[in-house]
Amino acid sequence: MQNNPEYNRPLADLALVACPHCDLLQRLPELASGASARCPRCNKELWRHKQDSVNRAFALTVAAGVLYVIANSVPMLGLTIVGRAASTTVFGGVETLWQDGQELVAALVLFTAIIAPALQIGLMLAIVLGAQRTPVPRWVATLMRHHPMTRIWSMIEVMMLGVLVALVKIADYATVIPGVALFVLWVLVFLLAAIQASFDPREVWERIEWAEGAARPAVGDRVTEGTS
Amino acid sequence: MSPSAAITAREQGLQSCEVCTLVSRPMPGEEAGLCPRCGEELVFRKEASFQRTWAFLIAAAVCYIPANVLPVLTTTTATGSDSDTILQGVVLLWSPTGWPLSLIVLFASIMIPSAKILALAYLLITAQRGSAKNNEQRMRMYRMVDFVGRWSMVDVFVDTFTAALIQLQPLMSVAPAPGLLFFAAVVVLTMLAVESFDPRLIWDAASPKEVQHA
Repeated sequence: MQNNPEYNRPLADLALVACPHCDLLQRLPELASGASARCPRCNKELWRHKQDSVNRAFALTVAAGVLYVIANSVPMLGLTIVGRAASTTVFGGVETLWQDGQELVAALVLFTAIIAPALQIGLMLAIVLGAQRTPVPRWVATLMRHHPMTRIWSMIEVMMLGVLVALVKIADYATVIPGVALFVLWVLVFLLAAIQASFDPREVWERIEWAEGAARPAVGDRVTEGTS
Repeated sequence: MSPSAAITAREQGLQSCEVCTLVSRPMPGEEAGLCPRCGEELVFRKEASFQRTWAFLIAAAVCYIPANVLPVLTTTTATGSDSDTILQGVVLLWSPTGWPLSLIVLFASIMIPSAKILALAYLLITAQRGSAKNNEQRMRMYRMVDFVGRWSMVDVFVDTFTAALIQLQPLMSVAPAPGLLFFAAVVVLTMLAVESFDPRLIWDAASPKEVQHA
């Protein structure tokens, strides 16, 4: 007897899925590219078959990585008022909060505006690079387990709305100068959404090396298992 | 589809992986196991989902009060200093050109957090009482809460960048005020509450009771 949990036994039918929102057991149909399958009970989208998923996600992720570096190295917003000028980068916002004694909020902004997006792009880059190998190596599975978390906490699009509001507020007192990073970040918002829309995790999971490697034969050469 | 015709993975003694979607069967007598494909720890339902969600939700509700009563920004000018709460920030933003953004902030900072707390409390109470009614509507509510939650962070970013830019001492400077921490806490705690809630609990009332511990 082990103290650690043991591996579950897989079913013979890999098309069998349970809806993550209502647990309804069902069989995923074969889908044409671009088609999607929804849960008949709660209408959750279960799978969307995306064309050329890994290559497209790879191209978009490389572009996002480049834009991310630019966006965080040049000023985002500037202002002039009666002959005085000031500007800030994304990180400058974090620094001001920290200096004003709001360390926890500074950490939250650092995480949601800088660290989580970096992880989101970095992990995705590693995932799509690893996914081009056959079989897809184990570490890709580890990264894919953690990727959804970075997506939840990466809030560049929310930050951009916040920046827009700040810009309008400040425009009452001073002349606002939009920085290069502002435009780059807007493009980045769309790129991050496009990565999400083009990447099909199911395609990668189907080709991945299993955690329980020894007991698991290659896909297509499966042991049939009783489902009683 | 009638509830009795629906068969869930748990009724079949199967666990589905949240990460890679593989459905697998735990070893006999086990309540938990590891996903044979991705290695994720599997359970039938998220662990202590009701307790955790309630805990985050109550903490969020407690922080909600100082978040709205305490000022989030302090503006210092040559003539003195002035502190604004979130609602005062919304009012200040109201102008012939700025009113759409004022509405967005009102919505994101005040309506979404309170609606989120109420909606999650409703979902928790109905699921704990074993309600099998209005499942589709409750599901839509859950997805809405999940989708809009992050947008409440808008005000944190507004205040961050306003304070970062307006550092023109002694003419005018803006600094964050204590309410901001509570406001950020509300956003984070409600997001954690949504994360801990298992939407499958909404549907479990439709399943026969005897299979709860298969």
